[in-house]
Amino acid sequence: MPLSISLIVNGEQKDIALEDPRATLLDVLRDRIGLTGTKKGCDRGQCGACTVLIDGRRINSCLSLAASQDGAEITTIEGLAAGDDLHPVQAAFIETDGFQCGYCTPGQIMSALGLIREGIADDDPERIREAMSGNICRCAAYQGITEAVIKANARMRDTQESQS
Amino acid sequence: MNLFEYLRPASLDEAIAAARAPGATYLAGGTNLLDLMKIGVQTPRTIIDISRLPGLDRIERLADGATRVGAMVRNADLARDADFAANYPAVAEALLSGASAQLRNAASLGGNLMQQTRCSYFQDPHSACNRREPGSGCAALDGETRNHAVIGWSDQCIATHPSDFCVPLAALGAVVEVAGPGGTRDLPIAQLHMLPDATSPGGTTLAPGEMITGLRLPPEAAAFRDNARYLKLRERTSFAFAVVSVAAMLRMEGDVIAEARLALGGVAAQPWRRAEAEAVLAGAKPGDDAIAAAAEALMAGARPSGDNAHKITLAKRLIQKALHLAAAGTPAVMPALPASVFTSEPAERGEPADV
Ligand SMILES: Cc1cc2nc3c(=O)[nH]c(=O)nc-3n(C[C@H](O)[C@H](O)[C@H](O)COP(=O)(O)OP(=O)(O)OC[C@H]3O[C@@H](n4cnc5c(N)ncnc54)[C@H](O)[C@@H]3O)c2cc1C
Ligand code: SF4
Ligand code: FES
Ligand code: FES
Repeated sequence: MPLSISLIVNGEQKDIALEDPRATLLDVLRDRIGLTGTKKGCDRGQCGACTVLIDGRRINSCLSLAASQDGAEITTIEGLAAGDDLHPVQAAFIETDGFQCGYCTPGQIMSALGLIREGIADDDPERIREAMSGNICRCAAYQGITEAVIKANARMRDTQESQS
Repeated sequence: MNLFEYLRPASLDEAIAAARAPGATYLAGGTNLLDLMKIGVQTPRTIIDISRLPGLDRIERLADGATRVGAMVRNADLARDADFAANYPAVAEALLSGASAQLRNAASLGGNLMQQTRCSYFQDPHSACNRREPGSGCAALDGETRNHAVIGWSDQCIATHPSDFCVPLAALGAVVEVAGPGGTRDLPIAQLHMLPDATSPGGTTLAPGEMITGLRLPPEAAAFRDNARYLKLRERTSFAFAVVSVAAMLRMEGDVIAEARLALGGVAAQPWRRAEAEAVLAGAKPGDDAIAAAAEALMAGARPSGDNAHKITLAKRLIQKALHLAAAGTPAVMPALPASVFTSEPAERGEPADV
């Protein structure tokens, strides 16, 4: 009997009949919903390419059964920009050259956003590197990635302060 | 991955009843179970998803000063709980030194305690492995043994328990709360992971169908909050399992150690704690001699299980370093690199604070 689940993906409700309970959240996002921005690198929790936000928290979508996430709110890389207006984290990655081939980038950006939301990022690059260590970059764009997180964090903090 | 039936029971009783089915396994955060299912090492027929069971996600301070943590509290949430981290700083440091931020957001307390060894032969279904297939032998004995035990092992199995979290928990005498078909019971964490012996490869002492529902830190555990460290040697700075790790905690009275707690990770099939090593420190000043004697006492009986004699040296040195740092005091803020032996001070790293 297929399992029926519903997910809110980037603000849109998706009702999905899972023929096979083995589907991970990553597989459902890519193969059923067609959102291929989230990448499959290792499929074993080791690289971070599959990072998405579940109810605002960054996790590896390759190590989560879709069935377990029934009812959850998922944010993927496709959910960040408003039309052509990039999200501050996306803009910062471009400004600081936080990538080369780009394969790890959606995961890096989602992880960075998760980190900023955790409220523990500061301007110490060592803390940022540690907090981003779950995202491997085979092109080794780490310097730019660290700078991007610091920049985006500062901007998002400022915007928040000016709004409050 | 094999096909399975997926169940999401609504209550603890329902979950425990469902776990009677042969081949049934609990699923929490999934970060270990799904990983092992993908490579065919675990093949459950029924998966019982306990991640939303009510009542398992609380951190509570009990009236007697003990702290109770539910089995589904995520590793990240526990480490970032301000009250918990203030009272048990070495536990928070150990948690934050484990895995990655994404994994810690998913990983649960129960799953961390119950995670399988990272022995690469255990993870390869084509290799002989007594743990995976009793009686098949142990391929690690003549293999790559860098991650393997140097104490408390037998020819049946030389694997280590990979958890960071369990190491300070063992030092603090945590009590695991278990529920199963026969009711509930308390299990000291020292009795959760069995060492191998002449006939058995070790493993956990939970009976089939038993579930960890939570864990208690006894009232006296908070007395070590001012002098507590967890140190972890890894093959890279972050996001790696321990080669060797140490939880060191002291209760000081003036400049004398009133009581010490000490446990090692990465060296045995259970967090390695020995009363004799702690006794060496009780009543002593935290000087070089007492600390070196404690390291020797904790490693008494150590012997390489293969090409890993260096781990014995590393362990003795790391125990001493951790004790010296614990004596100097718990850091006021969590180090930028939790559990690292490297400095966290930006100036000492030779790095400008603003890049
Ligand atoms: C790439 C990678 C790196 C890692 N690095 C580290 C590290 O450096 N340090 C470290 O300590 N850990 C590390 N881990 C391991 C990680 O901490 C564990 O995978 C995690 O803690 C397991 O928790 P979970 O909730 O996801 O468990 P699950 O995967 O859901 O379950 C794991 C096992 O525990 C059983 N189980 C779960 N909950 C219960 C319960 N309440 N009662 C009884 N049985 C239960 C399950 O049946 C299963 O057998 C790493 C993992 C990965 C993938
Ligand atoms: S060390 Fe233990 S887990 Fe590893 S192959 Fe030998 S029996 Fe299996
Ligand atoms: S694909 Fe999920 S961590 Fe690599
Ligand atoms: S940009 Fe190529 S892997 Fe990171």
